[in-house]
Amino acid sequence: MLHSLDRRRLLGGSLALGAASFALPRMVFARAAGDRNLLLVVLRGAADGLAMLAPLGDPAYEQVRGFGLPDYESAPKAGGFFAIHPAFQQVAAAYAENQALFVHATATAYRERSHFDGQNLLETGGTKPYAQRDGWLNRLVGMMPVDGSGAAPKALAIAPTVPLALRGEAPVSSYAPSSLPQASDAFMERVSLLYAEDAQLGQLWQRALETREMAGGDNLRNLRDARAAGELAASLMRERGGARIGMIELSGWDSHANQRNAFNRQAGQLDALLGAYRAAMGPAWASTLVLAVTEFGRTVRYNGTGGTDHGTAGAALAMGGALRGGRVIADWPGLKDGELYEGRDLRPTIALESVLAGASAEHFGLDPEHTMARLFPDRRAPAMTGFVAG
Amino acid sequence: MPATIRDAPQRDIAGPASHDRAQQENRKTSMATSQPHIALNRFGYGLRRGESPPDDARRALLRQLDAYDPRPAALAARADTSGEAGELLQLIRSQRRQRQDYLKRMERETEAAMAGPGMADPGMSRSRRQAGRDALPPELRRAFVAGFDVFREDVQLRTDIAVASETPMVERLVHFWSNHFSVSVGKAGTAHQVGNHEFGAIRPHVLGRFSDMLKAAVLHPAMLLYLDQFQSIGPSSRFMMRRRKSARGPRGLNENLAREVLELHTLGVGGGYSQTDVAELARALTGWTIPGLPRTERFAEPQPGGAAFVAVAHEPGDRSVLGRTYRDGGARQALDILDDLAAHPSTARFIATKLARHFAGDDPPQGLVRRLEQDFLATEGDLASLVRALIDAPESWATGPVKYRAPFEWLVSVLRLTGVEGLGARRTVGVLKEIGQVPWQAPSPAGYDDRAGSWAGPDALFRRVELAERIARNVPAGDVAARAEAAFPGTLSETTRTWLDRAESGTQALGLLLVSPEMMRR
Repeated sequence: MLHSLDRRRLLGGSLALGAASFALPRMVFARAAGDRNLLLVVLRGAADGLAMLAPLGDPAYEQVRGFGLPDYESAPKAGGFFAIHPAFQQVAAAYAENQALFVHATATAYRERSHFDGQNLLETGGTKPYAQRDGWLNRLVGMMPVDGSGAAPKALAIAPTVPLALRGEAPVSSYAPSSLPQASDAFMERVSLLYAEDAQLGQLWQRALETREMAGGDNLRNLRDARAAGELAASLMRERGGARIGMIELSGWDSHANQRNAFNRQAGQLDALLGAYRAAMGPAWASTLVLAVTEFGRTVRYNGTGGTDHGTAGAALAMGGALRGGRVIADWPGLKDGELYEGRDLRPTIALESVLAGASAEHFGLDPEHTMARLFPDRRAPAMTGFVAG
Repeated sequence: MPATIRDAPQRDIAGPASHDRAQQENRKTSMATSQPHIALNRFGYGLRRGESPPDDARRALLRQLDAYDPRPAALAARADTSGEAGELLQLIRSQRRQRQDYLKRMERETEAAMAGPGMADPGMSRSRRQAGRDALPPELRRAFVAGFDVFREDVQLRTDIAVASETPMVERLVHFWSNHFSVSVGKAGTAHQVGNHEFGAIRPHVLGRFSDMLKAAVLHPAMLLYLDQFQSIGPSSRFMMRRRKSARGPRGLNENLAREVLELHTLGVGGGYSQTDVAELARALTGWTIPGLPRTERFAEPQPGGAAFVAVAHEPGDRSVLGRTYRDGGARQALDILDDLAAHPSTARFIATKLARHFAGDDPPQGLVRRLEQDFLATEGDLASLVRALIDAPESWATGPVKYRAPFEWLVSVLRLTGVEGLGARRTVGVLKEIGQVPWQAPSPAGYDDRAGSWAGPDALFRRVELAERIARNVPAGDVAARAEAAFPGTLSETTRTWLDRAESGTQALGLLLVSPEMMRR
């Protein structure tokens, strides 16, 4: 284990890079920005960033997280200072191929500890819970270039109803496997006729039919099989006429007790989903970006029941064929008592909104500052760039 | 009673001239809503099988105010579970502890075994988790499962009452207020309580005073559990003074409920409260908890509605909220503040806006909002008067559909129209889950969103279509055209009529009726 790295050396070295170095206005004009894909994975329940990407190089880590330390004995290292949780096998493989990166000590503008409000801000992009009604991902859909054929970009939630992040003016679809019996073709044809002259229902119905068509012979009953869910997401996005923007939710990260088991299980699910998605995207992976984010981090210390409570900063994960991966982006705040936020949480040093806006803008060839202003209004932090290979 | 709905003179069927014109223009593709249609569908849960549409729409609605039964027979038979909040919570906590102890023991044993010769079994961890559950004493397991049975049966009960109701407008109001004071079964210990919250704290007050409903809903065990109030303790309370020495145990104030009372239940976001007001209300609320907690049980004074007050956990001293001072009077202090919050102009505006949005569309007419607000202030929150104002307002009778039906509303209307009875608790919950809205399971304390964007999703629509065909196959499907005319009096569009006529069978026609534009909106 590394104990010798202090924050100063870390920032000066190439192991992890400070936020400032990514703030340079650096536009990427992708040749076929209209054919690029973005998958947003929302980890509901506050995934523990310190378990996801353990800062083993921080001398205080052993002291605050000694209980979970054995988990990382043979874990893949990220930049020498961090270790990737061993359940992230596929993610670590992508990291080794420079197709995955982590952002650590990151948080949205939210500084309280309610899941509901935290998720509301993560999804709406507002600065106050419930103040903004539409989602930032929907606003991004509205900014996207049209594809080669001139059609409006499709956006899709892998869920029965549209989650807040995707709600808004831009048309979006939703799809999730259900255990309801399939409607007969004859009935569906009649419904199409019935809705033909109804603007709202006609459009919803058309989008539902298209999405069902794209899902094809999916015989999943629900989204609990993470590998199958990843394959399903890919099958809806990889084709030319598929969805350019996708969103999928993975809940169950609220680990107040017995966290080591719970996190291992959840991380294994996420890993299976992302690995299956990557494999199933095939050639389209080269133009795909995945962002996995959560509403906030968890307390640095374990509580009395082997879990962690609601905290502040956490980690985010990006994956993609065009990513400049294989690195950790962090301005590491440290884990010593005096370095913690309110004496208990990892201190946020990178605005998650800057990461989301910057990475999305670069990926789709949009202006980062304009994208930041549109998706996350009223922020001081500029969009962070440098995620995508030019 | 249906008979009382029918005997009114035919006065309101023909609206003003402009209404007729709009009706002709809209006839072909969209609904041109008649007044009986509005009474049935915008205000209610649709026509019940075998029932006739009302002749006098307004009178039919006003009569519901007198005919409403806050405690129908089906509810009277439900066991009172208000006192069981603490017991279930203890059960869950002890279950958690036992499972953890068991898993730890297993882990140690496995580690010891693996240190010796032999191979690790990769399938082990799953079976160990299962074994962890099996290791629980049977009575614990049974009680835990039973808690969720109570929840499912309550969902069934709520649905049955709405399906059978002769006062569907008031049922809609019950569900509106229940969502305003949203509690969720997702929080440990709430399974017995979320249904009881609506039945005990909302139903009796739905045509009473807002302040009474506010106090009952906020201080009910379900809410005290859901928003963490049950473990909030005054930092300077006698209880905390004694506990200082020991490191473990309760830490003090929890502001969750206080914040939501101000933000979601009374003044609304931007209603003029500060963080100081939140903290002061939180301090005033200390002591309000649930019965059955071992640490506080011997001090607990029972309160109406199933809550308990523990004076030794109450933060002593005067409190200042929104510039007014409230003398320390134990349990009374929070009640006094809630009474004043209930009468606040911001509350009147917030409630008026939400109610108008529910009945008159996502962007409610400002004239209607103002009138409801004035009524709320003038009557000091008389909810029956507020409903009368809503029925009197011309904006409520605007022609054309104003709202996309939320899933629960759509399902209840489908069940009423088709006459399906008693799906069974598990299936009812299962179906509601598939279409996206299980009662008392909203994702946030703000309740289920009341805007079309939350419900009018492609996949969600597809699910209604799948379900409609399934339901239509299982009920008698004769005379669909006549049932359609009765369910949407004077409103059925030519398009819908055409495709009902051309259906291959009565079953298909009924299925189409259940997903028709008329059925999806009100």
